[in-house]
Amino acid sequence: MALPAHITATAAGATSRQPVYALVGNPNCGKSTLFNALTGLKQKIGNYPGVTVEKKVGTAYSQHGQPITVIDLPGTYSLAARSPDEAVTRDVLLGRRADTAQPDRILCIVDATNLERNLYLVHQILDLGRPVILVLNMMDLAARSGLEINVDQLEKLLGIPVIACEAIHQRGLIELKLAMSRADLPLARHAWTVPAAIAPAVSEIAAALVEGDRKSPLVARAEALLLLTDQDSVRVAGSTPLSPRTTEILRAWQSRWTQEGTDWAGTLVSSRYDAIGALAAEVVQLRTEVGPSTSDKIDAIVTHALWGWVVLGAVMTLLFFSIFTLAESPMNWIDGHVAALSDTIKSAMPPGDLRDLITDGAIGGVGGVLIFLPQILILFFFIGLLESTGYMARAAFIMDRLMSRVGLNGKSFIPMLSSYACAIPGIMATRTIEDPKDRLVTILVAPLMSCSARLPVYLLMIAALVPGERVPVFTKVGIMLFMYALGTAGAFFFAWLFKRTLLKGEPPLMIMELPPYRLPGFKDVALHMLERAWIFVRRAGTVILGISIILWFLSAYPKAPEGSTPTAQLAQSFAGRAGHAIEPLIKPIGFDWQIGIGLISSFAAREVFVSTMGVVFNAESADENTAPLRTALLSAKWPDGRTLFTPLVCFTLMIFYVFAMQCMSTIAVVKRETNGWKWPIFQTLYMTGTAWILSFMVYQGGRALGF
Amino acid sequence: MASASLISLSQLPVGANATLRDFPKAGTAFLRLREMGLLAGTTLTLVRTAPMGDPIEIKVRGYHLTLRKSEADHILVEPAA
Repeated sequence: MALPAHITATAAGATSRQPVYALVGNPNCGKSTLFNALTGLKQKIGNYPGVTVEKKVGTAYSQHGQPITVIDLPGTYSLAARSPDEAVTRDVLLGRRADTAQPDRILCIVDATNLERNLYLVHQILDLGRPVILVLNMMDLAARSGLEINVDQLEKLLGIPVIACEAIHQRGLIELKLAMSRADLPLARHAWTVPAAIAPAVSEIAAALVEGDRKSPLVARAEALLLLTDQDSVRVAGSTPLSPRTTEILRAWQSRWTQEGTDWAGTLVSSRYDAIGALAAEVVQLRTEVGPSTSDKIDAIVTHALWGWVVLGAVMTLLFFSIFTLAESPMNWIDGHVAALSDTIKSAMPPGDLRDLITDGAIGGVGGVLIFLPQILILFFFIGLLESTGYMARAAFIMDRLMSRVGLNGKSFIPMLSSYACAIPGIMATRTIEDPKDRLVTILVAPLMSCSARLPVYLLMIAALVPGERVPVFTKVGIMLFMYALGTAGAFFFAWLFKRTLLKGEPPLMIMELPPYRLPGFKDVALHMLERAWIFVRRAGTVILGISIILWFLSAYPKAPEGSTPTAQLAQSFAGRAGHAIEPLIKPIGFDWQIGIGLISSFAAREVFVSTMGVVFNAESADENTAPLRTALLSAKWPDGRTLFTPLVCFTLMIFYVFAMQCMSTIAVVKRETNGWKWPIFQTLYMTGTAWILSFMVYQGGRALGF
Repeated sequence: MASASLISLSQLPVGANATLRDFPKAGTAFLRLREMGLLAGTTLTLVRTAPMGDPIEIKVRGYHLTLRKSEADHILVEPAA
């Protein structure tokens, strides 16, 4: 329908175009909190094309209800980027990305308790010649640590609006929104002199950028300064490359300075800090000298040589205790409702393939994902809580030495730990790792940590392995712990191996801020949790739904003669034939074609193995805890009458599940996070290959020893 | 000042104050440390080491920063008297 001309004209008119703000700031300065406070739930989360950096865009409303677009750029300490995230921030601000228009205005948020370091980024941004609003966040904390900041004086010196704010308490937001909706924003008055030794190079490179790369003069000067500080610049997909002429001039200057021994990058950084120091001296006053801060007192225990481990152990225990106990009743609830829905449809529809497709394929498949949702939510809640309180950085600090033994750094610890619950949130959490190679290694080994979908398989196998009720409980627990330890050892071994061979690189850095402890903003934590959980449902859900339907089809066709048992139907279906087809491959590790069907069906999710075994061996009730399936398994035989599930086979099967990559959703997430099929294919092959080799060694070795 | 009084940051005892004097010019790590405010003349305090002795935690320009000993080895500081 065509709109009346006057409406379309206004909508397209330049005057009413929504202003676009970029929100930038250091990590830990409260940027996400401010973004949430400004935009509420009006956020869109996507990805910058070609890189796995999250793109967050939200809409804020001015005091008069005018919409304002806000892009939340990844946190960074400097425009000289060290990671893909930081490169995106730099490229958007410099207008280097074709997928994101250069923002009209910039909202710089700084932590008022730590003004000098925070102002370094602001100083670089002021060079861009865009209207900037400076937000001094955490003013309450600054006051508490004895700092007095003269906001008016800072505003006068910089010549841009400076807003004092406490984002977590929603204070200062009205003033901020008023400033944001101003039609005219002044440009910064703050001038600083580029050091004389470097000035000629800056103007020459800036001129080349204006001519060769079509940059506006102010942006060109800022970019020239940046190119000189940022020698081994991180380039990411989607960023426009420099013209050859500019690169040539840059190289010429660099080689000249190298010969002369001029420390140009250092000189630039120092002169910026000199300017900031002068500014801070006029604005910040240490009113009272306060003693050790609360953070210092907490850290004295939390990072203590002995108590540090106790606290870390307690936090991790609490995390896993919550995941496995708190999640239990919602999981049963979901399970019950999914089953009830399935039953309702079964009684309402005539029997047939369509009914089975809906109940066994679609509902079964989606239910299979939803059942993990409570655990995922708890996990993300904890991760958010640990991040927003500041404990995450301490965990990385404590674990760094251990992680460095295998060539990783402390930041890989949380993703690997999360993978005990589910590899998907673990892999999603690797985005905090700056170095791309470290991140990739962490992604590659994370699924080796035994996730909760393996638990039902372990439980079933342990039940079959030590069936008697007389067996002491700690034997069962011992076997279980052994499987977890084996997976963990495997993850560390492969991390070590990959860092030494395939993904050799610089020893990883561990330059990280330890932010002061803060009370968590529960709204932000909840929002973070829901965001992540939604991504999980969307990504894993769609893949599992598809795979479940395919697997259902494979087990339902071709049809067995009318009146056959489900067991007979499965035996002669495509899945059954596939089981037969892979039998030569898995016979050396003690598995027959029936177990093969279970292995294939595990690709939907590992715990599907249990229900598949129920159908294959015609047990009335397929649950890892109930006797019928265990009895059915134990009476299963090879055609020549040998027992199929000998203790050795049960043990070998567990080993296989520890190492094999059998999870389609993980593969899908890895594909997304690594931007292609190369790494998920490699991961599937190396994990499943290892699983086979180890199973072979255990099974054949065990047989040779007479088990 | 005599260069004999300079020690590497990793040799600084816990709780001691020092002034940063020299720093390698090249390398990603050192550029990032500079951008985070570690410059010649900056004062810092060694707050603690991690439970296993590495990395170390320093206080500089009012915030806490952690870095590994492998980097701290190359940072020369002058301990405060």
